[in-house]
Amino acid sequence: MNNLWLTFKKGLVEENPVFVLALSLCPALAVTASVITSLTMGLSVMFVITANNMVVSLSRKIVNPKVRVPVYITSIATIVTVVQLSLQAFAPALYKALGIYLALIVVFAIILARAEVFASKNKVIPSMVDGLGMGAGFCLALVIIGCIRELLGNGSLLGIPIIGDWYDPALIFILPAGGFMLIGYMVAGWKMWTTHMEKKKAERGEA
Amino acid sequence: MEYMTLFIGAVVVNNFVLTKFLGLCIFFGVSKNLSASAGMGMAVTAVMTLSSMLAWLVYNFVLIPNGLEFMKTAVFVLLIASFVQLLEMIIKKQAPALYNMWGIYLLLIATNCIVLAVPLEMAEGGLSFLMTVVYAIGSGLGFALAIILMASCREKLRLADVPKSLEGLGIAFILAGMLALAFLGFSGMI
Repeated sequence: MNNLWLTFKKGLVEENPVFVLALSLCPALAVTASVITSLTMGLSVMFVITANNMVVSLSRKIVNPKVRVPVYITSIATIVTVVQLSLQAFAPALYKALGIYLALIVVFAIILARAEVFASKNKVIPSMVDGLGMGAGFCLALVIIGCIRELLGNGSLLGIPIIGDWYDPALIFILPAGGFMLIGYMVAGWKMWTTHMEKKKAERGEA
Repeated sequence: MEYMTLFIGAVVVNNFVLTKFLGLCIFFGVSKNLSASAGMGMAVTAVMTLSSMLAWLVYNFVLIPNGLEFMKTAVFVLLIASFVQLLEMIIKKQAPALYNMWGIYLLLIATNCIVLAVPLEMAEGGLSFLMTVVYAIGSGLGFALAIILMASCREKLRLADVPKSLEGLGIAFILAGMLALAFLGFSGMI
């Protein structure tokens, strides 16, 4: 149980797909102009990565290692199509807002990476937990970025105005340029924080 | 005129990297070195054009007649991945020097969003064959332009004194943001 928690936590902080591994950055910028699209994207990816880890882990003894990558890609593409069709049916507005980026989940490096690094070598339950953790880390990063961009760029959260009329929204945060710069500072901040924590840990270890 | 608008739109106004955020892995991965960036830009343009043509043929002659449009994501991914694999084998045999230069990045193109995006947008917008080709070339050149600009800036940056935590990816992102700001000037041109 403890191990599972560690597997989960690893994806959330230490190996956060966006801030630390710098994988799958395209969606982290493209859909984060508002919170709701960020959340939808994050949850979709979380579902795809968990389901795919499950499939890969279940089939790891049947699939010949030589053809594993095409098998992974087929599996991912199928799951993404399921997500696409469900969103199109139940939330057409969101489907439209995410546009092409939803289909592009297929080529997220993080999903293939988890299948290759973790799910192809581990049992089903840990693989799914790993997928959940990585997915949650991804979702968390997207929602944080989405909150900052929507709040500063539009003065609202989830479409509800938060800051009063006195605030003149800084439009740049919704624009691509602001997205890039914000991520730059966030990557730097994340790096500062983790090095600080490590230093603290080392000090405590010595004392 | 229509083709011109599509082309210019793809190169600068809707630049794939700086306004649509596609192909960022390659964009940040390769742009440390100017000559590699130029090579990568050309590689992406070539792969994108060829694979979009292939995807157009498959989409219009196989998927639509059979009513399988919903399968496009899966079909395009597999199509492009196998096509790039083939291309890689050919280049490895015919031009080993070129192959050594790009190394793993040719494989990175295989499953990269930038190459998949053109076929998907082609399917969404119902572009004609010629328009797809023009759009793919324009998008590829737009990517090449962005990555070459970025690489030139990063080469200069090597001598700069960057704060410790901003080093590497952090400063690269801020640089990209400034480039995107510059490209914002093109919006509304067409």
